[in-house]
Amino acid sequence: MNAIKTPPGRPLLLQGNEAIVEGALAAGCRFFAGYPITPATEISEVMSYRLPAVDGTFIQMEDEIAAMGAVIGASLAGVKSMTATSGPGFSLMQENLGFACATEVPCVIVNVMRGGPSTGLPTNVSQGDVMQARWGTHGDHPIIVLAVSTTQDCFGITVRAFNLAEKYRTPVILLADEVVAHTREKIYLPHPEEVEVVDRIRPNMPPDWYIPFEENSRGVPPMSSFGDGYRYHVTGLIHDVRGFPTQRPDEITAFMNRIFRKINQHFFDIQMVSQEETEDAEVLVIAYGSVSRSAHRAIREARRQGVKAGLARLVTLWPFPRQTIEPLLRRMRAVLVPELNMGQMAREVKRINQGITRIETLNRIDGGLITPDEILRRIMKL
Amino acid sequence: MAEVTRLVHKYLRHDKKFPHVWCPGCGNGILLGSLIRAIDRTGFDKDQIVVVSGIGCSGRISVYVDFNTLHTTHGRALTFATGIKLANPRLQVIVIMGDGDATAIGGNHFIHAARRNINLTAIVVNNNIYGMTGGQYSPTTPYGALAATALYGNVEHAFSIAELAVMAGASQVSRCTVYHATLLDELIEKAILKRGFSVVEVISHCHTQYGRRNRLGGAVEMLQWQRDSAVRVEKAAGMSPEELEGKITIGVLCDRELPIYTQEYRKVREKARAMTAAGPQG
Repeated sequence: MNAIKTPPGRPLLLQGNEAIVEGALAAGCRFFAGYPITPATEISEVMSYRLPAVDGTFIQMEDEIAAMGAVIGASLAGVKSMTATSGPGFSLMQENLGFACATEVPCVIVNVMRGGPSTGLPTNVSQGDVMQARWGTHGDHPIIVLAVSTTQDCFGITVRAFNLAEKYRTPVILLADEVVAHTREKIYLPHPEEVEVVDRIRPNMPPDWYIPFEENSRGVPPMSSFGDGYRYHVTGLIHDVRGFPTQRPDEITAFMNRIFRKINQHFFDIQMVSQEETEDAEVLVIAYGSVSRSAHRAIREARRQGVKAGLARLVTLWPFPRQTIEPLLRRMRAVLVPELNMGQMAREVKRINQGITRIETLNRIDGGLITPDEILRRIMKL
Repeated sequence: MAEVTRLVHKYLRHDKKFPHVWCPGCGNGILLGSLIRAIDRTGFDKDQIVVVSGIGCSGRISVYVDFNTLHTTHGRALTFATGIKLANPRLQVIVIMGDGDATAIGGNHFIHAARRNINLTAIVVNNNIYGMTGGQYSPTTPYGALAATALYGNVEHAFSIAELAVMAGASQVSRCTVYHATLLDELIEKAILKRGFSVVEVISHCHTQYGRRNRLGGAVEMLQWQRDSAVRVEKAAGMSPEELEGKITIGVLCDRELPIYTQEYRKVREKARAMTAAGPQG
């Protein structure tokens, strides 16, 4: 808790979960609703301590369903809001997560992944929720999913998650994993004025002119807060531009197309991949989260041993950063996708690849982290 | 302008969303009338009012009224309302739910909202059945009654919603029927003005799904049943349990001053500011 009094801009020793809280507060998060669950609980604990000191609100709800509902309610009232959970709780949030997608309510959901399915391996690391994050809620919907791999990421990518949520009026899922969440390492917190913070665009027209879900060039309508004088209707039913339920095929189509387009036409803003040593690489490792840390070490060791290896570390998992990954795949002799699951992201990589380059997978599902040596051995055989 | 015309023009989205979805004779229309009369009497500005509803026939009320309105997921209305109220305590948040909405799928949220005592007004429309989906039994369907999923008679026992709210710790709990519309106006007004979590259980009828299957007649007969079964709480206090068998007690069941969540949380903020100002040891 010493972090609390330390002025920003200085190095700190923090765990990932604490850095996520710092990132959220820097991004302007002032409401948090949660429910205790390992390995995400520290986020709730630190939030409960920090938020009231900055005039924010923390509440521990009766379950994760309620936490997600409260987060959406707070955001509709104009306050940036977040929840944090792990696999079982993330499953419970799915229905209201879909509500946030359909009603275009900005919010951030942190899922610190642990072993599954079911109660699974509560204290062990996993990356088993990649597909659930994309497709967990019912119906066609766009979503943004970001992954963190370092404590510094936990700060910076959390800020980015809030900014994307506000910019595109969408829930953003931040996928951490048990190793990133609990690893303590050095982190530099920037001065608050150095943090780029994006706020939702609010309506500036007279209330009578406000059409809350009207199409515009960005595909993102301005969002009014409850109580600001723009009285409008919010519903999880498919709605027309005024927010009222509709069953007219033309209005349904326009609604669905707009919520997809607002994400699709901004791919270059949303999709983030960090590349290491890919310029001259012949073999590529595609990794994310804590596994990308092992991959980083493995490609350096492979180069020492004469193999031109590169790393593409995915920050944005969904929408899948196809524009960056597709050209890379075409240049490589072979690609390795190490993951702490049975091949969820590898499946997407193979789909993009269309059989052009050899894709190999390295999967670990025993609750342990993939080591640099395991990745290195596979790189040397590619 | 006649009073009713004034209210319709002031509070309903009369030119946008009507006609409504309810069956002719439904109690939801009476509740809608009581709701806007009560809100009008409280004097709150329309911009200050948020109406949150769940899923079901009663859940559709939110689309018809000209406030900040939120039609949520099934059973979860109180969780959204909690977020709204805590994010902006100046808003007056009124939550409208059905019996299945509030006490089956949303039962956990209902008792916890009451326990927390956040300053919300919860109106639970109890028509003893899931009407919108076609008449399946709900947590308030009487033992032995027929329903689309209880063709041999319901073998479950009903919740008493108002009593449940009292036991869970709500600040104010009342019950009324849609037959007693003027009393309903008063009780909803009282509930909105109450500081703390207040509940109004509104006994309504679903003649389409419940009345017809159980041979209770149409809307008129079911309203007459409400008139004949209702006993004011003041009168019920002097009656024996035998005399009260099959009766509905209406009026204010409980009204007490309890610490309100938002006030308590203000103290938390003061402590938090003091502690962080005192340094890391604090």
